Amino acid sequence: MSEVVLRLQDVNKVFEPDTPRAVHVLHDISLELHAGELTALIGPSGSGKSTLLNLMGLLDTPSSGELWIDGQATARLDDAGRTRLRAHHIGFVFQFHHLIGAFSVLDNVLMPLMLQQGKPATAQLDYARHLLDAVGLPNIEQRSAKALSGGQQQRVAIARALVGKPALLLADEPTGNLDTQTAEEVFALFEQFNRDTGCATLIVTHDPRLSARCPRVIELLDGRIVSEPGAL
Amino acid sequence: MLARFWIERRIAWRFMVENPLQTLLISIAIAVGTAVIIFITTLMNGLQQNTINKTLGSQPHVRLEATRLYNRLPAVRDGQILQLETMRAQPLQRIDSWQALVADLDAIPQLMAVSPVVTGPALVQKGRATASVVVNGIDPQRYEKIINLPGHMVQGRFQVGSEDVLVGSELARDLGLQAGDKLRLQAGDGRTALLRVAGIFSMGVQELDTRQLYVDLKQAQTLLNLSGGITALDVKISDIFTAREWGGRLQRLTGLHVKNWMDNNSQLLNALRSQSMTTQMIRGFVGLAVGLGIASVLAVSVVQRTREVGILRAMGSTRDQILRVFLTQGAMLGAMGAVFGMAGGYGLIYLFNNFGSRLFSVSVQAEVTITALFIAIGSGILAAALPARRASRYDPAEAIRYV
Ligand SMILES: Nc1ncnc2c1ncn2[C@@H]1O[C@H](COP(=O)(O)OP(=O)(O)OP(=O)(O)O)[C@@H](O)[C@H]1O
Ligand SMILES: [Mg+2]
Repeated sequence: MSEVVLRLQDVNKVFEPDTPRAVHVLHDISLELHAGELTALIGPSGSGKSTLLNLMGLLDTPSSGELWIDGQATARLDDAGRTRLRAHHIGFVFQFHHLIGAFSVLDNVLMPLMLQQGKPATAQLDYARHLLDAVGLPNIEQRSAKALSGGQQQRVAIARALVGKPALLLADEPTGNLDTQTAEEVFALFEQFNRDTGCATLIVTHDPRLSARCPRVIELLDGRIVSEPGAL
Repeated sequence: MLARFWIERRIAWRFMVENPLQTLLISIAIAVGTAVIIFITTLMNGLQQNTINKTLGSQPHVRLEATRLYNRLPAVRDGQILQLETMRAQPLQRIDSWQALVADLDAIPQLMAVSPVVTGPALVQKGRATASVVVNGIDPQRYEKIINLPGHMVQGRFQVGSEDVLVGSELARDLGLQAGDKLRLQAGDGRTALLRVAGIFSMGVQELDTRQLYVDLKQAQTLLNLSGGITALDVKISDIFTAREWGGRLQRLTGLHVKNWMDNNSQLLNALRSQSMTTQMIRGFVGLAVGLGIASVLAVSVVQRTREVGILRAMGSTRDQILRVFLTQGAMLGAMGAVFGMAGGYGLIYLFNNFGSRLFSVSVQAEVTITALFIAIGSGILAAALPARRASRYDPAEAIRYV
């Protein structure tokens, strides 16, 4: 088995604990994601997929359990520590509102790097342009991010998620908002980058045709992992 | 430092450019506040400077006079001392060996000028008209450094001597005097002198222009029977607001009776001080109003940016970076407003100088402008502080879901 990028051990998530409104969303989730793996996360609406993804991306903290990224335990890290790990190991793609409209396409792609180190180096600029080429968007780097179509925005978001060469790529319904044809093309990009860069990739999707193309599928139901056909 | 916060500045700038109306509104608010503060401060400074200049144009900063005479009373026998001294009529008192004193005072660098004066009462006669006046015997080279008489001559020349006298414009009118005319001066005990009017001055102060009369030291000493002595030393100091301290110091040093302009004009100074306080308060309230305005707009702006903050956090920006983005925005808005505000303030001052009452004109001091600039930038940052803190504490998972 290749290197473990992400490991969850008995992770639980309770929103608004100790109140009458407390909701226990995730129950004892344990799993591992490995380098080079392409995994689909499926399950009905409200089953906790986004919640799980936010935990994996260190955007949120588990109520109990432990979560390791590249071997580093994260449950007891403070915000700054989690931010640092996130910046260096994780790329995100979201369903909506992916880009920052005030910036150009190229600046959006470079944003994770610029947040880390300020002005980007020439090599990084070249890599960002290469990624824009690879997602099929050459020659629009100076356009405002607001001026793009949904499919174009999602391609930029993928380029942005990859610019920092993350070990873990998390995508929350990246194709949920796109027409079938575009969804196919965007999904193909994930397959391609997963192959080329070897980053562990986890994609939340409702589309059974897309999940069928993933070597591994994790199904969530009411906050529990019910089946892992790919791992059997 | 500058290189380190490059991306924060960039994001702040792009956010501002993306929302031009909001940026314009806040800048205008800051500009109006800055303009008002610059204008009011400059106006008040100018007014006060003007008033003080007028006051000090016709009186010495510090005057040393011969020691006062008191009636000394024996102490009451059973130990209850009620009063040791009572006031007594003051005859003309002379300061002796004043030449040495002048030399001593000349050596003190903070004293810009020292001038011996002989003053006393006299009567002027011109034909059948008489007027009571104050004769001042002066050393012209020294005295013109205390009070700018040469600059206030309206007729004749600034020249005093045993024959030459300077009179005020009001007195000249009352007695029908022109430069070159003769007049007779009568002091006590039948001492008189026949003098020629060398020049007529107008200080713009009624009391001085009707009553003051200038001759040279010798003539005054003869008239007032003070041969060789003087009655007062006028002193000009470099920092006018140290007059009180210098007064005390000179009193201890010389043992003479010392008066200073600040005590002589305490009413005026009180008025100026309360005026300054009012200005200070107006400035404070303008600043507060503008600051609150900026803060409320920025608070809304930060909420509008919630999703973007979430995305930035997901891409690895720290809380401090988010904080700095919005603080920078506040500082930029402050700086931008301050630049407009300076233009506005200078414009108001220009209008005041050219189309206002024209009673006096003011000029902007660099430090007022710089202070206003720092106040504007500071209040921009301060106003942004709370919203910025709030944005930096957004929960990234929730912020991303924010629509
Ligand atoms: N911040 C929160 N506070 C309270 N409850 C929450 C919060 N976030 C999510 N939940 C609840 O947790 C459950 C799981 O939500 P989640 O968004 O993870 O589902 P999902 O599987 O992503 O659904 P979908 O397919 O519709 O995106 C839902 O019942 C939701 O109401
Ligand atoms: Mg979801």
